[in-house]
Amino acid sequence: MLGYILKRILYMVPTLVLTSMLVFFLIELPPGDYFETYVNELIAAGETVDPRQIEFLRQEYGFDRPVWERYVIWATGMLQGDFGYSFEYELPVREVIGDRLIFTIIVTFFTIIFTWLIAFPIGIYSATHQYSWGDYGLTFLGLLGLATPNFLLALIMMYLANQWFGTAIGGLVDPQYVDQPLSWAKFLSVMEHLWIPVIVIGTSGTAAMIRRVRANLLDELRKPYVTTARAKGVPETKGLMKYPFRMSLNFFIADIGSILPQVISGAEIVAIVLSLETTGPLLIQALQSQDMYLAGSFLMLLAFLTVIGVLISDIALGFLDPRIRLQGGVSR
Amino acid sequence: MNAKQKSNADHYVNPAPFDPRSIEKLTPDQEAVYLASQTKLMWWKFKRHKLAVFCGIFLLLMYLMAAFAEFLAPYNLESRNSKYIYAPPQSINLFHEGEFIGPFVYDYKKELDLETLQRVYKPDETKLIKLEFFCSGDEYLFWGFYPADNHLICANIDQPVFLLGADRLGRDLLSRILYGSRISLTIGLVGIMISFVLGITIGGLAGYYGGWVDLVVQRLIEVIQSLPTLPLWLVLAAIMPANWSPILIYFGITVILGLIDWTGLARAVRSKLLALREEDYVLAARMMGASPARIIGLHLVPGFMSHLIASATITIPTMILGETALSFLGLGLRSPTVSWGVLLNEAQNIQVVALTPWLILPVVPVILVILAFNFFGDGLRDAADPYG
Repeated sequence: MLGYILKRILYMVPTLVLTSMLVFFLIELPPGDYFETYVNELIAAGETVDPRQIEFLRQEYGFDRPVWERYVIWATGMLQGDFGYSFEYELPVREVIGDRLIFTIIVTFFTIIFTWLIAFPIGIYSATHQYSWGDYGLTFLGLLGLATPNFLLALIMMYLANQWFGTAIGGLVDPQYVDQPLSWAKFLSVMEHLWIPVIVIGTSGTAAMIRRVRANLLDELRKPYVTTARAKGVPETKGLMKYPFRMSLNFFIADIGSILPQVISGAEIVAIVLSLETTGPLLIQALQSQDMYLAGSFLMLLAFLTVIGVLISDIALGFLDPRIRLQGGVSR
Repeated sequence: MNAKQKSNADHYVNPAPFDPRSIEKLTPDQEAVYLASQTKLMWWKFKRHKLAVFCGIFLLLMYLMAAFAEFLAPYNLESRNSKYIYAPPQSINLFHEGEFIGPFVYDYKKELDLETLQRVYKPDETKLIKLEFFCSGDEYLFWGFYPADNHLICANIDQPVFLLGADRLGRDLLSRILYGSRISLTIGLVGIMISFVLGITIGGLAGYYGGWVDLVVQRLIEVIQSLPTLPLWLVLAAIMPANWSPILIYFGITVILGLIDWTGLARAVRSKLLALREEDYVLAARMMGASPARIIGLHLVPGFMSHLIASATITIPTMILGETALSFLGLGLRSPTVSWGVLLNEAQNIQVVALTPWLILPVVPVILVILAFNFFGDGLRDAADPYG
């Protein structure tokens, strides 16, 4: 088992290196750099700019060096926990990101739990009642969630929550708690706001999940051992829960890896609409002003989150299913 | 002796000629099935999925609608009417005070709410506006060539009709949705073509050559899939210079959507190729000196093309939603270009939901088209394997 985990962790390394290269390449692509945007802004505001000062800043941040050298500096810095410097906030990226990343993780975590709570029972019901009205109706509901653009659903839910429950619009906490340290009351306030983004992001993922639970469970239910169990008089629930259900759990855990990027990207756009203090709005702003280290480190952290998610799901699968552990491969 | 004779006499023998192969013969129905081509089998299987057929027809109608948007839309894209800013939708009625009149709408009664300084429109039950069909209205160039002024529905110029309401400049929302369908419906198709080409080429190379090519491609796919899509779109969309023309931005966005979407297809192609390349007919082709491109393109890909098309259909909704999301954030298409996403961009804040909820209506075609593509794709996927 230990060997298996080590191997998995080793596999992460090339993926992360490739990801960092891709991310760096992407944020390098736009013509110009932050200083050009900055100078243009200053000129537009009617201020004079000393070109020498800009040149000094450029050198200070290594913008006069070749691309690959900057990449190496950025990448090695990240290994040591230095994510670069945000020009716009004039703060180290780590300080800008800190809280927001935690909020992103909270939202993502609850969303995944929500998706499971919804998709699991519906998937099982649909599989055991194949082609019934309930099956069609629930599948359709799931698809409807998939088809509705997230941002619009967020808007409407926010409005309804305000009308019905008087929840303050926008944000992840009530205004009075914004700069407060974490307390029980603040936690409750977060919970009060959290359900909207969680439901909105969750709905878009459930359809796919329901479909896959259903398909997997159906495959399992058609196998002869289920018929045998039924013929021997094993009660329906036990015959369902003891083996077929456990078998279909496997794929469920294998799915964490693919569901994470989906949930995170859903969270980004919903966060922008609901003005949550997660990573979404910050990322867009950073991209627009070419605050490249902020944007790059952000993307990298999000990618890192998913890679960790895949790792966790692989390890969990290894525990669950010795075949995977021994052959060292997960089939998706 | 006697008993045997007797039993012979009792035993009935059919005098008709006997064909020992009669069981192997096929009824005309069976024969039709056995002799049918693969395409025909697929069509039969597809036809059995009623919902998919219905959705296919619906999509066809939507695309026709997009093609004839100029004629179907009551007004031109940019015609505005400053007297009817934020006018709510009017309902089409047939009867007025128990009397049949034909399709008509009630005129607006405008009031200014002196407390909120908001215009309030109410239907004026005394003034009727009759709807006319195939009449002349705004002039337009049909498909950019033929000047015409025919519209399916119109009313006279002084009393405009807003069946789905008007926006902040007094432009007809129905017309804008119809024009917007052109971009929203085609962006998925163009995007899927790009991802198709990329997916087949890259997945084909990886599957056919295997070895280190496969390894690199596998890692690349893993990396792209581990990045959340939306931030990736945002980065790519931010790269597009702001001074690009709408057409360029349109293509830019399709390329972006395609560049990220190909990974799933490439995986499917790769795994199929890995299985198929060991087949004898591939060996035979290679012995005859066929180039890898020829073997992949002519012998291998057609074998699972139908599967690819089916799975591609299912990813079109992602692209449509992607365009909507990008335009909504202001990073995709911008006015004056209209797409459903651009229209929804105007419904971005909570005031719209509270005060002028009809501006959210462009979401209805988005939902319907995505649902339709999903069911249609389901049907195609089932049909792609007609022997199952």
